[in-house]
Amino acid sequence: MLQVKVLGSGCANCQRLEREARAALDEATIEYELTKVTDYADIAGYGVMQTPALVLNEEVVSTGRVPKHEQIVTWARERA
Amino acid sequence: MSTQISHFLQPSSDRGAFALVGIIGAVGVVAYMNLKNIADWLTYTLMGLNPDSQFGEALNFFIYDVPKLLILLAGMIFLISVVHSFVDLERVREIVEKRGEGTGNVMAALFGAVTPFCSCSSVPLFIGFVGARIPLGITFSFLITSPMMNQVALVLLLGLFGWEIALLYLLSGITIGVVAGMILGRMKLERYVEDFVFNTPIPTTSESGEPVKISWRERFGGAWESTEEIVRRVWLYVIVGIGIGAFIHGFVPEDALSSVMGAGAWWSVPASVVLGIPLYSNAAGIIPIVSALLEKGAALGSALAFMMSVIALSLPEIIILRRVLKPRLLAIFVGVVALGILITGYAFNLLIG
Repeated sequence: MLQVKVLGSGCANCQRLEREARAALDEATIEYELTKVTDYADIAGYGVMQTPALVLNEEVVSTGRVPKHEQIVTWARERA
Repeated sequence: MSTQISHFLQPSSDRGAFALVGIIGAVGVVAYMNLKNIADWLTYTLMGLNPDSQFGEALNFFIYDVPKLLILLAGMIFLISVVHSFVDLERVREIVEKRGEGTGNVMAALFGAVTPFCSCSSVPLFIGFVGARIPLGITFSFLITSPMMNQVALVLLLGLFGWEIALLYLLSGITIGVVAGMILGRMKLERYVEDFVFNTPIPTTSESGEPVKISWRERFGGAWESTEEIVRRVWLYVIVGIGIGAFIHGFVPEDALSSVMGAGAWWSVPASVVLGIPLYSNAAGIIPIVSALLEKGAALGSALAFMMSVIALSLPEIIILRRVLKPRLLAIFVGVVALGILITGYAFNLLIG
């Protein structure tokens, strides 16, 4: 199962990223487990300096923005 | 609607993307250049208002300024976002890492000026810099300049005050960032940073993979998205701000403010700074108001100090930074930045006011 992590301290964009990721993966019927990482030390541990960031199977795929639906699905398919 | 537009804005080739951006840009420029005539025609010819009446003047100001600023905002943010697609924070960190005090501070402040980040990113950014053993002073140079050189603020300054003042604002902000960073760096404040910051292992670029190549089509697409997002977030503030500005423009007598916010009132600069701290997300709305105040006799230095304080020292950001800075360092940080703004305010009042 795909491990999805949304990195961010709870700002508006972080919530949007979570919604987008869920919507995209549900639509593509990819099985996943989503965790929110809000602790700053943990976020920094991924080497992320701009939130929100998306992590798929422990790999940072995007930082500082909310990627598009199709992009999330492509990344997910490459790793599922 | 908006998804349709961004779909439409994703032509399949780079050439198509350039053509599309060119056409939209040209339409914007033509509209922008004719706005004054359109506003005059609407208010004075169509509605038959008297150009000398207070209401006519206020309405004309509003009808002219709202589309002018929104077009300018969308256009400039698009351009800035395209530039941003070339800036990578990890690269910035690598470049700054190799410099010492002085050059490092200048580089950090310059990068801070061109790199946008929302205040919720300031903490991960701080940890990312300090955890990578970048000196505290250099990190602060970045952290001070970045919010102050807010792209929305710069665009509004450009549109309402002209390029000279926008440039003055830019240069003062960078100077404050460099000098304040150097002072903070000399003060040996590392022990007032929360301990976990130094204990966080930071993966370097080589571990987190190679940067991907981005096509122009993707750069434009991304820039369009961020433009849409920012404009959607600030348009209401801009309109309300211009509305209040229009009211002041039409109804407040000339020079009404010279005694309160003029260069002669020594306390107007510190009062502006203190007043600016609790006001935050309204940066987009505050600048049109300030521009109207300036017209009514407020001094430029006091106005600049007010804007810098609103934008660089905000309560939400101070609260967020508390996560990584112990109260003492937080207070010193706010103090040094406030002092920098004060000096800038007085300097401009003295030079121009």
